[in-house]
Amino acid sequence: MDIVAKTRDFMSQTGYMARFTGQLFTLGTKPPYEFKEFLVQCYIIGYRSLPLVALTGFIMGLVLTMQLRPSLVYYGVQSQLPVMVGIAIVREIGPVITALIFAGKIGSSIGAELGSMKVTEQIDAMEVSGTNPYKYLVATRVVAGTLMLPVLTMLADAISLFGAYIGVNISAVTSFKLFFMQILRTLEFGDVLPAFIKTFFFGFAVSIVGCYKGYNSNKGTRGVGNSANSAVVLSSVFIFIIDLLAVQVTAILGLN
Amino acid sequence: MEHGQTAEMNDSNGEAVIVINGLCKSFGNNHVLNNFNLRLNSKENLVVLGRSGSGKSVLIKCIIGLLKPDDGEIIVFGNNVDELSHHELDMLRTEIGFLFQSNALYDSMTVRENLEFPLRRHWFELSQKEVDDMVMEALDNVNLGHTSEMMPAELSGGMAKRIALARTMILRPKVILYDEPTTGLDPITAREIESLILKLHDKYQTSSIIISHDMNCVKNTADRVALLLDGKCYTEGSFEDLEKSEDEHVKQFFE
Ligand SMILES: Nc1ncnc2c1ncn2[C@@H]1O[C@H](COP(=O)(O)OP(=O)(O)O)[C@@H](O)[C@H]1O
Ligand SMILES: [Mg+2]
Repeated sequence: MDIVAKTRDFMSQTGYMARFTGQLFTLGTKPPYEFKEFLVQCYIIGYRSLPLVALTGFIMGLVLTMQLRPSLVYYGVQSQLPVMVGIAIVREIGPVITALIFAGKIGSSIGAELGSMKVTEQIDAMEVSGTNPYKYLVATRVVAGTLMLPVLTMLADAISLFGAYIGVNISAVTSFKLFFMQILRTLEFGDVLPAFIKTFFFGFAVSIVGCYKGYNSNKGTRGVGNSANSAVVLSSVFIFIIDLLAVQVTAILGLN
Repeated sequence: MEHGQTAEMNDSNGEAVIVINGLCKSFGNNHVLNNFNLRLNSKENLVVLGRSGSGKSVLIKCIIGLLKPDDGEIIVFGNNVDELSHHELDMLRTEIGFLFQSNALYDSMTVRENLEFPLRRHWFELSQKEVDDMVMEALDNVNLGHTSEMMPAELSGGMAKRIALARTMILRPKVILYDEPTTGLDPITAREIESLILKLHDKYQTSSIIISHDMNCVKNTADRVALLLDGKCYTEGSFEDLEKSEDEHVKQFFE
């Protein structure tokens, strides 16, 4: 495929995706709402991701602390270890790593689930039984994903800081209270709020990309696999792009 | 000539449930349906016969509004399907049953939940007891009362087809569109499905379009047969008429 055809393909894909997302605000906002299915999705997307997010969060905090320690010791500022780790986790590592884990778990499962529903005509079956599949399947998952990722990220941050506390205590003794006092004293509104807000965008991106890829899956097993795979790849890229935009916006707003 | 044919059909039988005039549908350069005309009369079993890939599924997907026709009109119960709003189309769809070739059972739900799904979303005022009764009746209709807690993946091909049929019937549609109901089933199971189709037809007084290329199925279920060829309704008549036909295109199907 030559470059012109590739560009045209890319543009039309972008257009389809924009229209798909736009439907969320036109179709998805009209009652009746699929409230029950929304709650089911919150349970699946949020609650069932908890163990994974908790485990990775804990390891992330622990390892980060152990890796940073030698450098800080070298410069003789190891007392600043909690502060450094705290800021790194809350501002950047917690939200981004959790979002990437979320993309791997939830983005792919939404992509595969809707993809196989698409190719086995279950989405068509829903439509002919007089249920709007976009509202039932897509809107519920996107709203649930957008609301659940921030909650998961807060939990991951907390567990991660706990991991960091253990990491600090491996080679020095600090009291739990002192450790958290030190972190909380340095963390500012401008550290926490932008990090919190961007997680909504991460959650939205992961779930809408998963739905889009699944909904437009090609026939066959290969098609379903491809949509799960490209859902993860594309939403991971979106996470980094949103992260980049977020840091610019916060700088412009003077929150840095 | 087209008009003459339509007028003749009007004389032949009572009320029309579905009328299709000049339907055209293409995918790129692939002209699947090209000026297709058809009429389904009330309480009739009409079989649409055609080779694989001739556009039979495309035809019934146009009728139910899953595909949008390029040209022509489809009138169901006096409504032009293309002109209905989202909501009106959803309401019309509750009157039309659609049996997918692949069954399209929701594989994350049990058999019972599959059957409850359309009920719960359209007949809100039903009590739990009424829902249970209707689900049991639907399952008894297809002689599968014991499967209600099974998952679709645990069902055999014939059972899955019967469950799909039960789900199609649960909102008591007036018209049913069957997409190749016996394809891929062994002959014995195929005969069972055919007799179920006839039984449900008598019990609920439905009108049906049955898509098929299985001549046994056509013979057993058809009141009238329409032959889809090159995107047009090539000919139509009773099974016996077509069987006797000297036309070589028609004869191919009866060899
Ligand atoms: N969604 C679609 N996009 C492109 N082509 C399609 C689509 N659906 C059907 N076709 C084409 O239309 C033709 C008729 O298909 P179909 O109605 O499924 O055949 P059959 O008579 O076996 O049911 C085939 O050539 C198929 O490739
Ligand atoms: Mg077909």
